[in-house]
Amino acid sequence: MSEKVKVTIDGITVEVDNGTTILNAARQIGGDIVPPAMCYYSKLQGSGGKCRTCIVKVTKGSEKDPRPMPKLVASCRTTVMDGMEVLNITSPEVLEARAGVVEILLINHPLDCPVCDQAGECDLQNLGYEHGLQKTRYEFERRTFERIDIGDKIQLHMNRCILCYRCVFTADQITNKRVHGILNRGDHSEISTYIQQAVDNDFSGNVIDVCPVGALTDRTFRFKNRVWFTKPVDAHRDCDHEKCNGKVTLWYKGADVLRVTARKDQFGEVEEFICNTCRFDKKATADWVIEHPTHIDDTSVIASNHYETLKPLHVIQPNEALQAANEIELHKTVKY
Amino acid sequence: MSRKLLLEHINVPGINTLEVYRQKGGYRAVEKALKTLTPEEIVEEVKKSGLRGRGGAGFPTGMKWSFLAKPEGVARYLVCNADESEPGTFKDRYLMTYIPHALIEGMIVSSFALGAKVSYIYVRGEMMPQIRILEKAIAEAKAAGWLGKNILGTGYDLELYVQPGGGAYICGEETALLESLEGKRGNPRIKPPFPAIAGLYGCPTVVNNVESIAAVVPIINDGGDEYAKIGIGRSTGTKLISASGNLVKPGVYEIELGLPVEEFIYSDEYCGGIANGKRLKATVAGGSSVPVLPANLTLKLANGEPRLMSYESLSEGGFATGTMLGSGGFIAFDEDQCIVRNTWNFSRFYHHESCGQCSPCREGTGWMEKVLHKIEHGHGTMEDVDLLWDIQRKIEGNTICPLGDAAAWPVASAIRHFRDEFEWHIKEPIKSQSQNYGIANYATPIEKAPVAEEK
Repeated sequence: MSEKVKVTIDGITVEVDNGTTILNAARQIGGDIVPPAMCYYSKLQGSGGKCRTCIVKVTKGSEKDPRPMPKLVASCRTTVMDGMEVLNITSPEVLEARAGVVEILLINHPLDCPVCDQAGECDLQNLGYEHGLQKTRYEFERRTFERIDIGDKIQLHMNRCILCYRCVFTADQITNKRVHGILNRGDHSEISTYIQQAVDNDFSGNVIDVCPVGALTDRTFRFKNRVWFTKPVDAHRDCDHEKCNGKVTLWYKGADVLRVTARKDQFGEVEEFICNTCRFDKKATADWVIEHPTHIDDTSVIASNHYETLKPLHVIQPNEALQAANEIELHKTVKY
Repeated sequence: MSRKLLLEHINVPGINTLEVYRQKGGYRAVEKALKTLTPEEIVEEVKKSGLRGRGGAGFPTGMKWSFLAKPEGVARYLVCNADESEPGTFKDRYLMTYIPHALIEGMIVSSFALGAKVSYIYVRGEMMPQIRILEKAIAEAKAAGWLGKNILGTGYDLELYVQPGGGAYICGEETALLESLEGKRGNPRIKPPFPAIAGLYGCPTVVNNVESIAAVVPIINDGGDEYAKIGIGRSTGTKLISASGNLVKPGVYEIELGLPVEEFIYSDEYCGGIANGKRLKATVAGGSSVPVLPANLTLKLANGEPRLMSYESLSEGGFATGTMLGSGGFIAFDEDQCIVRNTWNFSRFYHHESCGQCSPCREGTGWMEKVLHKIEHGHGTMEDVDLLWDIQRKIEGNTICPLGDAAAWPVASAIRHFRDEFEWHIKEPIKSQSQNYGIANYATPIEKAPVAEEK
């Protein structure tokens, strides 16, 4: 299974390991052609396939069987075949279907971004900004739920939830004892700890980081500040917990650490899960060894006033056709 | 009289008992299969018969069986899908109530063909009487040595279990059924892997409809070639049709595939025409998920040829002018029925039954239901019809399992064929609350060239 297969996504060919999903192949290329993923999480087994925002069109199944796939497929759960050709942002059909999914995700979302702690680092907000409509066509009452406190550190705000199941998988796989899941079905489904039992586990705080929207929020950070006013820095400490390595991001406002989160990579996924002690209890600069400012993608609102050298995507370097197409960007990187 | 294979002895008193069923030639297929045939030969017979899945999708059963992975040392399972919950379909319940041994006999033969040592019948939770009937019949068969260890001295062991479901429509989807059978929440799995590779408890599994499994019995008794002679084209054999709606004689009928739809509705052998001397307005030919068709397109193809009850003929013309055989839930609407109200009712069902796993279906079904409710109750606007069309297009094909498609198709077809009725509801909000749109031109016979019903 170790041989490489070639897959072409939006005209860019990349060699990946056999068994890679289309989404991960696109992530190896990077840039705009990476399909958005609201429910897929590479660190959680079995996640993905639910939100349907990552749908792509497969125009050629493989070298052996060149038939196109009849429907749009979820790229996070479809593995690549040798010679597969995939269209993402170059297919109007995909963009239209994705816009449809975004619209559908937003019809029952309260759109309370002005008072939501997740605003500024919310996947749904980014998705709506890129693919959403200017105004909603939904004119009925949105479904509402009561807010639930899961223990004294986490709050569940079900109205905002898009039912990506990430937190369910986290509870299943990261923590030892699963205490939460889904109740009811259809558009009345809700995330719930069983009969609102507090999630009492050293790693329970990670559900906050995996939540793509503001449904699970950190009660120690609620309404403290907007994330774009805070300054993130990477830091670490010697954590006693055997599964936690203490590598975190601290979010500063002035001299105060307002919150601690796990470090996130460019796709918004945490690099390593952290324990609750690091997350909730160590909020003094003295607890941490500070490394450097956190890299924030320049498309994010948090990146305002951050300056970084532009780095061309690594697929551009070996490919002359792509170099010619991106001449201006390449020139900028040399100049600055 | 056409040939009856499944319901031949349905009116014999006591056919639900093993004794009478044996007298009428029951369990011959088990004897023949276990003593004279190898599993491969049975699969070959089923392939030759051309039997297609009776649950709705119409996938060839023999082909499905031959896809089953057979790794060494891993158990294989046969699961019978008796979670019949499609509105308009009640054939499996009928079969299980009156001839439970036909299903059990089919299960034994099929399990032997697939090499399954343990098989399950997953029955919908609402069908408690049928569960008891099946359990009683299994106990009878076991006492007589048709089940259990060393059946008929051939060394083949089979345990058959009945598992009641919770009564969710989604558990009729095969992977959701397997999840539910495993004791988890009945959410459909993401495919691949297909159940033939990793199904129940991660083992290769075949999931078949009750009627498909029961149809294996006549195939083994008479041979696959003999079975393939019945029917038309690639639609072989007989099919149970659950006829309901405004018919003189609604009920379960066994038809030979290829019967003209007109004959099925109007002949006295079958439904006997439309009740109370009314005219036919529209039909749903295969259970609530298939597109609804106006009367003229039900009886005739777009080119004026008569439409037949077969997989191919019903889907002739694609979704523009055709429908699907589906699970055989035939619903007839007379001229007094309101298509908007009916579409809303179907939509309400899918909203209620969506599992909530993937977003287009979870949110979209509810949205469609609300818009349809608004139109039906006289608050609609013209934009709402276009909006509905847009929503269904965004659901169809973008979901994990076919429930999204099933929710989208009735709405799409209702707008495609009955758009003027929707518009009438919007233009006449007060009148539409007390009156019906009537039959309009929906029953105008189709002459020759295709009519432009397309939106």
